[in-house]
Amino acid sequence: MPPDPQSPAIHLPWPLRDKVAFVGIGTTRYGNFPETDSYGLGCEALNAALDDAGLTPAEIDGLIVNRIPSYERFAEMMGINPQYCLLTETPGRFSGVSLALAAQAIATGAAKTIALVYGNNGRSVRMLYGGGDSQWSPWGMTSPGAIHAMMWQRHMHDFGTKHGDLGEVSVAFRHHATLNPVAVMHGKPITLEDHATARPICEPLKLLDYCLINDGAVAWIMTSAERAKDLKRPPVLLSGYARQDCFAYGSAPADDYWYPTLSACRSVYDRAGIGREDIQGLGIYDNFTPTVMFSLEGLGFCKQGESGEFVKGGTLRLGAGRWPTNTSGGHLSDSYMQGWGIIAECVRQLRGDCGARQIPDAKVMQYICATHIAQSLILRRADA
Amino acid sequence: MTLATRPTPLVDNWNKPFWAACAEGKLVLQRCKATGKCFFPPAPVSPFTGRPDWEWITASGRGTLWSFVVFHQSYFPGMRDELPYPVVMVKLEEGPYLLTNIEGLEPEALKIGMRMAVRFPGGPEGFVLPQFGPEA
Repeated sequence: MPPDPQSPAIHLPWPLRDKVAFVGIGTTRYGNFPETDSYGLGCEALNAALDDAGLTPAEIDGLIVNRIPSYERFAEMMGINPQYCLLTETPGRFSGVSLALAAQAIATGAAKTIALVYGNNGRSVRMLYGGGDSQWSPWGMTSPGAIHAMMWQRHMHDFGTKHGDLGEVSVAFRHHATLNPVAVMHGKPITLEDHATARPICEPLKLLDYCLINDGAVAWIMTSAERAKDLKRPPVLLSGYARQDCFAYGSAPADDYWYPTLSACRSVYDRAGIGREDIQGLGIYDNFTPTVMFSLEGLGFCKQGESGEFVKGGTLRLGAGRWPTNTSGGHLSDSYMQGWGIIAECVRQLRGDCGARQIPDAKVMQYICATHIAQSLILRRADA
Repeated sequence: MTLATRPTPLVDNWNKPFWAACAEGKLVLQRCKATGKCFFPPAPVSPFTGRPDWEWITASGRGTLWSFVVFHQSYFPGMRDELPYPVVMVKLEEGPYLLTNIEGLEPEALKIGMRMAVRFPGGPEGFVLPQFGPEA
């Protein structure tokens, strides 16, 4: 059974508050690049992050790679000989997990400066998220999108939400992509009508409820808050991180919308010592539009079942609502970098790097990921 | 539309009895002896105790519709002719969920909460796939 959100084990003092910082961020161009691969893209992103931080590969003593087939080959290519090295699992929930592992490694002295590198060439290799052999394939049940479609159908039944409510999410994030010149969907604004009339993929979800599939890479460099003070860019601190897993769903869609585990992650505010009202913007893992709704409900931005009303009128839209979310365009409209790009965007917001899509005076950002490994983290500007 | 071209089930040591029972037109589940609760997919131990203390029981074959989707995207060559096809999530009386399809029912008639019952109309060679329709 899912854990009781009233008494999760994670409501404990968090010894890592503000101990670890982001000091370098690198992203590649996003699109279809058959001339390279996840190694080539990963190297490109890491070089950008090293330049951003003012560091060289020789100064990296920890390496975590994700969706790059071999940490060993990647380290060989970049000439990195670390004292801490790891390849993490491919699902997007592992962006946050990787971040936490790096923080733990830095805090315990396992490594001083860790490069985390994500590379994905899913577009150019025509990666299909679905099909193949699995528990439910004889019944044609496959793909992460179908799992979320199943959950949203039930959510509509339970709470009276509508497919149209999801359009607010798609339209807000697409608007952000129009402000982000490197977003895949830059220059292609959409309306609620476009969302409603898009081609159905797995009903009740339609095309504009689905994330993009594109090539690209993201790299973060993390070190101790102490060391970060001596580096080039304004440090962004990891103030709080909370996680609660639940694997009790019998390999079927989560019949509780991950509400108990996401609710347990509300401890992130206590862990960070930062209240919800002190936060200027959000990064929410948006593989499909319903995860944004589940995240907002689970973390308590609105009551369960009320996310449809909550997002109406541009709540998540920069310049219009209280909670600008996924200001780069997110997975739906910027780039499908499985949380890595969304967290990079949070860091960039806090450094004031975001140009036309900058949240004015962003001091604190929160990231949320709704999956079987529910997570939330809070980042803040070191001088805030 | 035919079930003969469906993807073949992945058989392992734990679900072999499930598929053998389906071939005989029976739906079976593992039941934890300590708690009396059933679980699915088949596993070496009960998820309620972590112990290999369970028995196979014949399920009632009845349940309620928890949710459903309709696929428009093709993922399996053998199911292309069925597009668009529904997949239903049925909560069995015994507790576990099955992801399955409908038989003897139009997709338009699906209503969350409706009572459903199992039937065994066919499957890929060597297998029979449980499908669900209106309760008799």
